[in-house]
Amino acid sequence: MTGATPSFSVGRLLRGVLIVLVALAWLMPTVGLLVTSFRPQADIATSGWWNIVSQWRFTGENYRAVLTARHFFTNFVNSVIITVPATVLPIAIASLAAYSFAWLRFKGRNLVFMVIVALLVLPLQETWVPVLRMQSALGLTGKYLAIWLAHTAYGLPFAVALLRNFFSELPRELFEAARMDGYSDLGVFRSIVLPLSVPALASLGIFQFVWVWNDLMNALVLLQDLHKFPLTVAIQGLLGQYGSEWNILASGAFVSMSVPLLVFFLLQRFFVQGLTAGAVKG
Amino acid sequence: MAGASTRERGAAFRAWLFVLPALVLVAAYLIYPTIQTFRVSLFGGTGFNPTRFVGLQNYLLLLTRDPLFLSVTRWPPRGALVNNILWLVLFAGGTVVFGLLIAVLANALRLERVVKSAVFLPMVISSTAAAVIARFLFSPDASIGVLNAILNAVIPGFTPVSWLGTPEVVNFAVIATGVWIWTGLSMTILSAAYKSLDPAVLEAARVDGANPWKAFWRISIPMLAQPIAFVLITMIINSLKMIDLVLVMTSGGPAGASRVIGFSFYWEVFNNNQVGYGSAVAILMLVLLAPLMVWQVQRIRRQEAGK
Repeated sequence: MTGATPSFSVGRLLRGVLIVLVALAWLMPTVGLLVTSFRPQADIATSGWWNIVSQWRFTGENYRAVLTARHFFTNFVNSVIITVPATVLPIAIASLAAYSFAWLRFKGRNLVFMVIVALLVLPLQETWVPVLRMQSALGLTGKYLAIWLAHTAYGLPFAVALLRNFFSELPRELFEAARMDGYSDLGVFRSIVLPLSVPALASLGIFQFVWVWNDLMNALVLLQDLHKFPLTVAIQGLLGQYGSEWNILASGAFVSMSVPLLVFFLLQRFFVQGLTAGAVKG
Repeated sequence: MAGASTRERGAAFRAWLFVLPALVLVAAYLIYPTIQTFRVSLFGGTGFNPTRFVGLQNYLLLLTRDPLFLSVTRWPPRGALVNNILWLVLFAGGTVVFGLLIAVLANALRLERVVKSAVFLPMVISSTAAAVIARFLFSPDASIGVLNAILNAVIPGFTPVSWLGTPEVVNFAVIATGVWIWTGLSMTILSAAYKSLDPAVLEAARVDGANPWKAFWRISIPMLAQPIAFVLITMIINSLKMIDLVLVMTSGGPAGASRVIGFSFYWEVFNNNQVGYGSAVAILMLVLLAPLMVWQVQRIRRQEAGK
C-alpha cells in the first residue's frame, strides 16, 4: 500500500486532520480526569481542568490521600490476590480440556464442545443467585477461593474455545511422530502442545488477567467480605460516598487503571489479539 | 480384538479425564445455576430463599404490571425493556459506524497506530473507571464537566444540563459512554477485515473511474458484510447483558429511567430482595439471548467446516 500511494495528497491530509480530531476527542475525557488527579484540591473545587494553562500547579497529594486514608492500598493488594490465581487456574484447566477437544477422541466430543461454545453467550446474571447459595452450602462464603473458582469457571468457555482453535492448527505430523516415540497423552501435551502454544497462552493470560482485574460485578455479588474487595468495588463505593470529591475519585480511578494501562502499553499486540478473539465473552 | 477395544476404551477414558475439571466447573457454575434460576423464578415473595410457589406470575407481573420494566400505556413506551431496544440500536449501530469510519479513515496513514491506541484505550480500563471518567465529563457543574463547559462557551445564555439526572437524556449519555468504550473493539476487528480486502478489486474500481465514496459503498461495504454482522451481533449480545456501566454511572436512575434488563435483575435481587422476581428477569434475558446462542454455535461450526 505504502509504495504505490503518493506520500502526499489532499485526501490524505484531510483524513489525517479528521482522524487526529477523533483521537483527541476520544482521549479528552480520560486526559481531563488524569489532569484533575494531579491538581490541588482547592483548584479542582473552583475551576475546570482545562484551566491548568493559567493555573499551572500540580501535586501528588490526591494519590497520597487515596492510598493512605481510604484503605485503598488494601484494595489494591486484594485485586492482586484475586487476579493472579483467577488467571492461572482457568488457563491450566482450559488448556487440558482444549487439548482433549482438539486431538483426543471420545464419544460426545463435538456435542460437549458446542455446549461450551453456546455458554459464551450466557449472561452471568443467570448464575449469581444459585452460586451464592452453593457458596454458603459449601462454606465458601467470604473466602478468596469462592471468587477464584467463579472466575475460573466463568472464564472457561472462552479459554477453551480460543485454545482449542489454536491447538487444532498445530501440524498433525508432530503428534504422529510423538506417538511413534512412545509419548503418552500427557507427554504430548507437556512437551509438544504447550511449548508451541506460548503466543496463544500469552494472549489468553493477558486477556484473562485484565478481565479479572477490571471485574466489578462478580466481586460485588460473590465476594461477601468487604475486607477482601478489589479496587473496582472500592471505587464504586467511593462514588456513592464521595460522589463529588473529584480529587479522591480521580486519583482512585487512575490507581485502578494503572495496571491494565501498563499491560496495554507493554504488551499491546498480545492484548489486542486476546481481546479481539474474546469479543463475545462475559 | 478384545485387547484393542480395551485400549480404545482406555484412550477415551483418558480423553474424558482431561476435560473433566473444566466440565465440573462449567456444570457447577453455569449450567446447574441456570436451571436453578429458572426454578427460583417460579417462586414469589421477599428473602433469599422464597418458598411461595407462584407459577408464571412473576413473568406476568413483569410484562404487564411493572412500569419500570415495561410501560406501553403512555407514548412513548418506557421501561428497561424499551431502554434495551434503544441500547440495541444506538450502541450496536454506534460502535459499528464509528469503528468502521475510524478504521477506514486511519488506514495506511502514518498516525494510524497512535490513533487506534487512543480509541482502544477505554476498552482496556474497567467499566467502573470508565464510568468515573464519564460522570466527570457529564457533570452538571460547568466548572467541572467539560461538556457543559464547552456548550456554555459556544451557546450564549446556555443553562448547564444535568445529563445523568434528566430522564429524557440519561439513556443517551450512558449509551454514548458505552459507544466510547466499545468502539475500540469494533475498530480493531473491522480494520483487520478492511486490510485483508483484495486490493486488486479496489484498484479496478478506481481505474473504472468510480469515485472513492461510491467505491466504498458499492464495493468495500458489501465485501465487509460478514465482519460487520459479526461486530453487530457481538454488540447486541453486549447490550443485552449490560449491567456494570449502568450500575456505576446512574444506578438505573433517575427514578429508574436508565434501567436495562441486565440491571433490573441486579436491582430486584440485591436491592429489592425479590429473588424470584429478579430471577424471572434473568430468564427473560436468556430467552432474548437464545437466538444469539444458536448463531454463536453455528458460527463456530462453519469455522470448523472451513478448516
